[in-house]
Amino acid sequence: MVAQTITEKILASHAGLSSVRPGQFITARVDRVMAHDITGPLALAQLEAHGIDRPFDPERIVLVPDHLVPSPTAQAAQAIHRLRAFARRHGVTFFEVGRGGIAHILLLEEGLVAPGELVVGADSHTCTLGAVGAFATGLGSTDTAAAMATGEVWLRVPATIRVRLEGSLPRFVMAKDIMLALLAQIGLDGAAYRALEFVGSTLAELDLDERATLCNMAVEAGAKNGIVPPDPRTLAYVEARVARPFTPVVSDPGADYLDEVVIRCSHLEPLVAEPHSPARGRPVSELAGLRVDQVFLGSCTNGKLTDLRVAAALLRGRRIPPHVRMVVTPATQSIYREALAEGLLEVFVQAGAVVTGASCGACPGLHTGVLGPGEVCLATTNRNFRGRMGSPEARIYLANPAVAAATALTGVLTDPRAVVGGEGLFV
Amino acid sequence: MSAVEEVPVTLPTIRGRVHRVGDHVNTDLIIPGKYCLTTSRERLGPHCLEGWEPGFARRVRPGDVLVAGENFGGGSSREHAVLALQGAGFHAVIAAGFARIFFRNAINLGLPVLVCPDAAAQAADGDLVEIDVGQGRILLDGRVFRAEPYPPFLQEILAHGGLMPYVVARTRAGSSRPTS
Ligand code: SF4
Repeated sequence: MVAQTITEKILASHAGLSSVRPGQFITARVDRVMAHDITGPLALAQLEAHGIDRPFDPERIVLVPDHLVPSPTAQAAQAIHRLRAFARRHGVTFFEVGRGGIAHILLLEEGLVAPGELVVGADSHTCTLGAVGAFATGLGSTDTAAAMATGEVWLRVPATIRVRLEGSLPRFVMAKDIMLALLAQIGLDGAAYRALEFVGSTLAELDLDERATLCNMAVEAGAKNGIVPPDPRTLAYVEARVARPFTPVVSDPGADYLDEVVIRCSHLEPLVAEPHSPARGRPVSELAGLRVDQVFLGSCTNGKLTDLRVAAALLRGRRIPPHVRMVVTPATQSIYREALAEGLLEVFVQAGAVVTGASCGACPGLHTGVLGPGEVCLATTNRNFRGRMGSPEARIYLANPAVAAATALTGVLTDPRAVVGGEGLFV
Repeated sequence: MSAVEEVPVTLPTIRGRVHRVGDHVNTDLIIPGKYCLTTSRERLGPHCLEGWEPGFARRVRPGDVLVAGENFGGGSSREHAVLALQGAGFHAVIAAGFARIFFRNAINLGLPVLVCPDAAAQAADGDLVEIDVGQGRILLDGRVFRAEPYPPFLQEILAHGGLMPYVVARTRAGSSRPTS
């Protein structure tokens, strides 16, 4: 038997092959197909236009309105209704407003992905699902329509880059900083067409929320998928959610890697990525003092419970000054409920932030926090491309939830270590 | 999985003028999210690349070719980016490199995309270009460049005008499987 990586093993098993090699074109069976309210209507239109009236297996399809909920326009309402009607007609899973959230986080929470499975979704951040040791990749609407029709997808097997995470994360340094550091090192296409496999001692201290952040931003380096090999922590998370049988796989000793990148996590500082690229990360200390108008805490990258807890710990009992505003958007409804029960939402509201319903929120620049010309935003999202959150003349800085909370408290880019550790102001 | 089938396909030759953009032109620059509530090529086309340069689409004539640098089409998975390029009149894109989802979307919607760093480096705005997609041959102001030709099943998808017509054709032919 050829030694293979976890990614190669999952692809081979889904292609009905004993092994695959990088560069090989395969047709693979999919365990789950996801589409949301931006990409879904186009996929359904493709099915309709080609006279395909039945999906291959309704149980394997999931439709999640998350970008445009609750609908900000009549057109959005119509797009979402199209998904809803299709779901009703075919018995496909659909997450209604108020019971869903951002698809990627929702699929993890709901146990719609398990170790060793293969999931495709009509969204580039579908790679988030690699957090539980699945192969998950983003596709376009047409690919997704074809997968809904046939239960299969064509793929080119990616070579794998191993990312070795070493050491303990210092206080206020999070998975987000690991990814900003990796991006600064390898660039926006540093992993183009590759798999990123995360290994190393740091993983032991990263919960599933943090592992989701690692895999989420794999696509920012151009990767096809990000994956964390399953360990006991993964299995504990998944077994609480998944009833069906699944087969966890890990890389074989001696498997071939294209490259290895080492990140010394114990040496990292909180980073901030400057406009207009997530690969422009610099230590927050070098940018401290830069004025911001809005802070956005949310998205599939950093709208999870761990993220809200970190931010709330800094905001508790403090107030956001009048010249800055903060928008908090929990990633899913169950995170919203948990944050409510723990009193986190109260902390945000008392501090002067606005808390919105669970959705993508301000991240794609469609509603609840769209930026105007000349505005500066610190966001916990994954992309700070020009125009991403509204006006092309707005400037977006990316950082972790601790930096976001510290910055909301001052109105200027702030190192969270200065908020709790230092003299005066916030002690 | 079935073996690679050698299906003889003919892909049309493309002739037009070059329009250049730089490296890392992402999908937000190709078509901003706010226009993505429509999937009509006609309505997306006029806004194509306005994030790169306002009014860009007005200069494009049907058959023209976009030439880009590294990592063209990075960012979101929105197919609207391909539809906008087609709506503007582009018949092909040549780049030093493509982001993977964009590459797939383009093939799946029938827009030929060619990886050719040399041609991408040398093409200038307004150059006449001719592309033999099947052979991966690019003729640029009299100079010949080679892009890696597509594997047979991708050529087949392009020849059908995209993935869905291809899936339908194969389903009718009794097999839903793309060749692998
Ligand atoms: S939160 Fe942002 S990055 Fe994540 S799925 Fe929504 S729009 Fe995309």
